[in-house]
Amino acid sequence: MNRRESLKILGIGAISAGVIAEGCKPSDKKDAKTNDPEFTYDRAKEELEREKQLLAQDKFFTKEEMATITILVDIIIPKDEVSGSATDAKVPDFIEFIVKDMPSHQVPMRGGLRWLDMQCLSRYGKAFRECDAKQQIEMVDLIAYPNKAKFEMSQGVAFFNRMRNLTASGFYTSEIGVADIGYAGNTPNQWNGVPDEVLKQYGLSYTEKELKECVKFDS
Amino acid sequence: MEIKKQSKKYDAVIVGSGAGGGMAAYTLAKAGLKVCLLEAGAMYDPQKNITQLKNPWESPRRGASTKFRPFGDFDACYYGWDVEGEPYTKAPGTEWDWWRARMLGGRTNHWGRISLRFGPKDFKRKSIDGLGEDWPIGYEDVKPFYDRVDKLIGIFGTNEGLENDPDGFFLPPPKPRLHELFIKKAAATSGVRVIPSRLSILTQKLNDDRGVCFFCGQCNRNCSMAKADFSSTNVLIYPALATGNIDIVANAMVREVLTNDEGLATGVSYINKDDMMEYQVTGRTVILAASACESSRLLLNSKSKRHPNGLANSSDVVGRYLHDSTGASMGGVLPQLFDRKRYNEDGVGGMHVYSPWWLDNKKLDFPRGYHIEYWGGMGQPAYGFGGGIEGMNGKFAVRGTQKEAGGYGKSLKEDYRFFYGASVGMAGRGEAIPLYDNRCEIDPSVVDKYGIPVLKFNVKWSEHEILQAKHMKETFDEMMHNMGAIVTWGGDYNKENNYGLESPGKIIHEAGTARMGNDPKTSALNKYNQAHDCKNLFVMDGAAFTSQADKNITWTILALAMRASEYIVSEMKKQNL
Repeated sequence: MNRRESLKILGIGAISAGVIAEGCKPSDKKDAKTNDPEFTYDRAKEELEREKQLLAQDKFFTKEEMATITILVDIIIPKDEVSGSATDAKVPDFIEFIVKDMPSHQVPMRGGLRWLDMQCLSRYGKAFRECDAKQQIEMVDLIAYPNKAKFEMSQGVAFFNRMRNLTASGFYTSEIGVADIGYAGNTPNQWNGVPDEVLKQYGLSYTEKELKECVKFDS
Repeated sequence: MEIKKQSKKYDAVIVGSGAGGGMAAYTLAKAGLKVCLLEAGAMYDPQKNITQLKNPWESPRRGASTKFRPFGDFDACYYGWDVEGEPYTKAPGTEWDWWRARMLGGRTNHWGRISLRFGPKDFKRKSIDGLGEDWPIGYEDVKPFYDRVDKLIGIFGTNEGLENDPDGFFLPPPKPRLHELFIKKAAATSGVRVIPSRLSILTQKLNDDRGVCFFCGQCNRNCSMAKADFSSTNVLIYPALATGNIDIVANAMVREVLTNDEGLATGVSYINKDDMMEYQVTGRTVILAASACESSRLLLNSKSKRHPNGLANSSDVVGRYLHDSTGASMGGVLPQLFDRKRYNEDGVGGMHVYSPWWLDNKKLDFPRGYHIEYWGGMGQPAYGFGGGIEGMNGKFAVRGTQKEAGGYGKSLKEDYRFFYGASVGMAGRGEAIPLYDNRCEIDPSVVDKYGIPVLKFNVKWSEHEILQAKHMKETFDEMMHNMGAIVTWGGDYNKENNYGLESPGKIIHEAGTARMGNDPKTSALNKYNQAHDCKNLFVMDGAAFTSQADKNITWTILALAMRASEYIVSEMKKQNL
């Protein structure tokens, strides 16, 4: 099996969780009452400790930063005829969690949001979240296309690539996103081979040997 | 500080509960012996500690890895590359990545289930190419045990009559997936043999204790629901517990093997990670199966008057000949699979076809071979899904429209759908030459949090492995080209990056550090995994391997552990132990 390589494709493991960054310590506010997190899947003792620690932390993003993130993720993945939007799929919550879990996202995200606001300030005299929809799209168009973006926009391009990737991670791993992409597995079934009409579409067929020796099911 | 001594004397004290320790515990307990099984990690019950059939959104990190689960949040294996409070060191300029599972059943809970017998040539490589050392046993010695492991544990595959990839007792394999059919065609063009894979997964009923594979593709999460794949926990340890002959001590980090004035093993001492107290447990025999490097660390740390160089180490080979499988890989996309029809193609957890080594080394510039593993298709989305789409959607027309790379919005959503399920990839896993100077030894100045001296690694690839990786990459390139795939990663190989050869340890097939042999001067164990220097001490993990073939080593660990355990039973009956 090729866990390692599939992880590589998926990007899992490419970014490893490092130390909890400074300024992101567990809340010491007395009124911050936290219930133990509940998990529907196995957690070992040490990792449950860490989960609790992560979830007890104060929010990483400020209200203003989160407002910007919320606008951006819905620009990246809006509602369409197939499925809902990134905010429908709670992508902003995912991004809030993942920057705590993977602190390597923190500086690029915080700095990228500020970079964006400074650009908007000089162009429109307002922060990104306060710009009107037309201005926001105008700004996004300057950083959303890596190959044609101007050189002076390169930091914005890097930030937007990260936003796009995090948004896709959050969206396509949500219930809405999994249905959208059409992943049909994760359920007990009997593998009877590639469906006939698909074999036909590609002009392929199983060999006599395969048909004889492989496991088959009546269906 | 006091050391608590258990009054119960066991017939066998086993250190480690993975493939080797699990099989030893199973075999001995079934024979009526009293067994104490020590595990450095936590208790784990696959029927209670479940990650199988969970959806990505149930994980707040959507299945991404953490240091507790380096292969992803739903993976069944706790710990891996970085264990808290248990460091190891490396000689300057050398690399070694050391995987350490810390749980009952060890890494068998998540492994790839690739279950390959060694062939007749694999035991006698020195006689063939003059490198390394021959095993003191041959295929004919192990064959009966491979046969019994096949029948006891269950494996699918096909009898192909190949000389060095022996036939076995196989359940029927699953039919190839769509990308695997493309791979078969591409491989045929390049003269690469592709046959059904051989995985220890039950495609048909084997016994009443276990169910049948229901094709969720999640063997790395361990089969909690049907026990339809091999893990030491599901298949060996819990069934053996039913005999009432086994006591399991979890969170028991073994410090050293204890010996008496005659130099015989009397038991082990360990620290209990729960109460941090020191304990001793005694037994007629001691079996180490803690993984190759951890077992040799134990031997080297078990010094006494009778064993001044460490236990079973008068030859000074313990820790030496450390080697891992070679590994190199390549990935890409198959444009013919863009915009493909959706259906459930999870299949079994792993590839349905693979390529055993197919060439003759006489015509090549490197010794030994490699097998090829394949993957691709429509997997369950996880963290990282769609990552780097900006490198894809400007390169290929999406439904007939050439777009600008990157983007956002409805058009971007269309792109994610369009490219989903088109990935394909392959990886080589090859045989390295075990070298005297490639070793782990005790670091003179570093201890772990339990005060146990740690290992220092000193391993370097030789030209043999580097040239093997080069051949892998060239083969992959050709096959990718044959099927019209576009290489998206792993295509940048050259002399400077060792042709993409993974650093040693990364493939997690470490072996060789207490090798068996007929000569006590050049080997630590005899042909029954028994220490030359200490007759009631056995090592039943990858440490015992004289060489490791281009076959994943688990099936051979299991066969040899069964064989050595039966030898123990028979020697006990003869009053020799």
